[in-house]
Amino acid sequence: MTRQTRTTLTRRGFGTLIAASAATLATPGLLRANTNGRLLVVGGGFGGASAARFARINYPDVSVTLVEPQTSFVTCPYGNLILGGRKQLSDITHSYDGLRARGVQVIHDRAQEIDAEGHRVTLAGGDVLDYDKLILSPGIALRWNAIEGYDEAASEVFPHAWWGGDGSQITTLRAQLEALPEGGVVGMAIPDNPFRCPPGPYERISMIAHHLKQANPTAKILAFDSKDGFAKQGLFQDAWEELYGDMIEWIPASQDGRIMRVDTENKLFVSEFGEEHHVDLGNVIPPQYAAGIARDAGLANDSGWVPVNPRSFEAEAARDIHVIGDANVGAPMPKSGYIANSTAKTAVTAALAEISGRPAWDDPVYFNTCYSHAGEDYGISVAAIFRPTDDGFEATPDSGGVSPSGPLSEMSRNRRLEARYADAWYASITDDMFS
Amino acid sequence: MSDLHQSTPRVRLPRSASAGDTIEVRTLIDHPMVTAVSGPGPRDMLARFEATMNGETVIAYDFANGAAANPTFTFHVRAAAPGDFTFTWTHEDGRRFTTEGSVRVT
Repeated sequence: MTRQTRTTLTRRGFGTLIAASAATLATPGLLRANTNGRLLVVGGGFGGASAARFARINYPDVSVTLVEPQTSFVTCPYGNLILGGRKQLSDITHSYDGLRARGVQVIHDRAQEIDAEGHRVTLAGGDVLDYDKLILSPGIALRWNAIEGYDEAASEVFPHAWWGGDGSQITTLRAQLEALPEGGVVGMAIPDNPFRCPPGPYERISMIAHHLKQANPTAKILAFDSKDGFAKQGLFQDAWEELYGDMIEWIPASQDGRIMRVDTENKLFVSEFGEEHHVDLGNVIPPQYAAGIARDAGLANDSGWVPVNPRSFEAEAARDIHVIGDANVGAPMPKSGYIANSTAKTAVTAALAEISGRPAWDDPVYFNTCYSHAGEDYGISVAAIFRPTDDGFEATPDSGGVSPSGPLSEMSRNRRLEARYADAWYASITDDMFS
Repeated sequence: MSDLHQSTPRVRLPRSASAGDTIEVRTLIDHPMVTAVSGPGPRDMLARFEATMNGETVIAYDFANGAAANPTFTFHVRAAAPGDFTFTWTHEDGRRFTTEGSVRVT
């Protein structure tokens, strides 16, 4: 019965536990016969690392292999604080040693190809891994040339800093910010929905302004947006006005904010209606889709993202492949690290139900909170709970909300507390991935 | 009147085209299109969009309450001869927002 132990026991989980025990009693032979399942996890980020760790703790008889090309993980969350000068790269870099110590076999290689029929994944180094169940958490790919002139080479000049990778994108952007001429112009290009981390660009604007306010107070930030609205908009715009005066100009799509072409040589952003904007520093966050391995395996639909069963995260296009994190079609859930972590647990439970003899959760709940730092001691958040529907996901009514608005003179305690909560969130979620 | 939205019309069309080519014309105007039917007023709506080429109407559209904010039109015109375009958005209160553009035909 120790096999039934869970790390957390909620009322809902307790019901599952009883059901699981009954199933175990009814089919003890089946359980024993199937205890050598192989779970393969592709991608060692918020989805994949959370899945691997959760599986090792809760399904000790299942072997867990994690494939991830990077030998350490640089988080996107808190990357903007490097721009603000409040964190160093080492603060947001995490080792896979904790997962190894838990018995996860960690392979640092790139998963190249999935043979869904044969239940095999081929790695770039040539190894072939067999699996019973695959958790695929590959993240996003950037759509090179979706903005004319913005390809991988251009991203060396105008960094995107929209994936962690080896940390070089975010440190390049930080170095460029430090080298910005006095009174220089920082241009940002922000994509339309859906994209990774909906409040991320606006936290980035805030953190860049936070740095410039001290280092280069006559500099300007021009934020060109392909949308007319964004996450926590009122809270961000209040903060910008309170903290940074007129340093930040946000240009929505209805004001010709959609950037269609960039010219790295002449340092130009060119808008939908042909306006040319000279920038001294360009940060281009291009449109995105699911990482190549998911699209190459035929799992994505025309949108470029992977439709999944909202209870199990099994891809609609293939059995035994559960796709979590930013790569799937999860709206209205955001493409956030917290959603990847939260859904990872449901996906693992569903994937291993047959092998373990413990049923999947019949009423899964997905949690999200996105904290953003708008300045020093200035945190804001949006929180919600989501549940599956027959064909997707829905936010549970009245389950969350955003931080209260109001002048800083009245809200300073709240903002300071939320900045602390954000730090605590970061510490606890990275523990839940890597410790 | 003073708090009514001041709009900036925008258009994009190619600078030149070969005779007989079909060219794409894109337009955008930032306007809240407040109907004041079920929400707060005052009503602030555009009534009509019209584009002319060399003085002749190529597209005209009368807005109704269902129109979204920031209306955008994309349409195609055959460029048989050089074209001087005028784009006009007319407010219900009579104000007009106009912008122009021309296409050389080679």
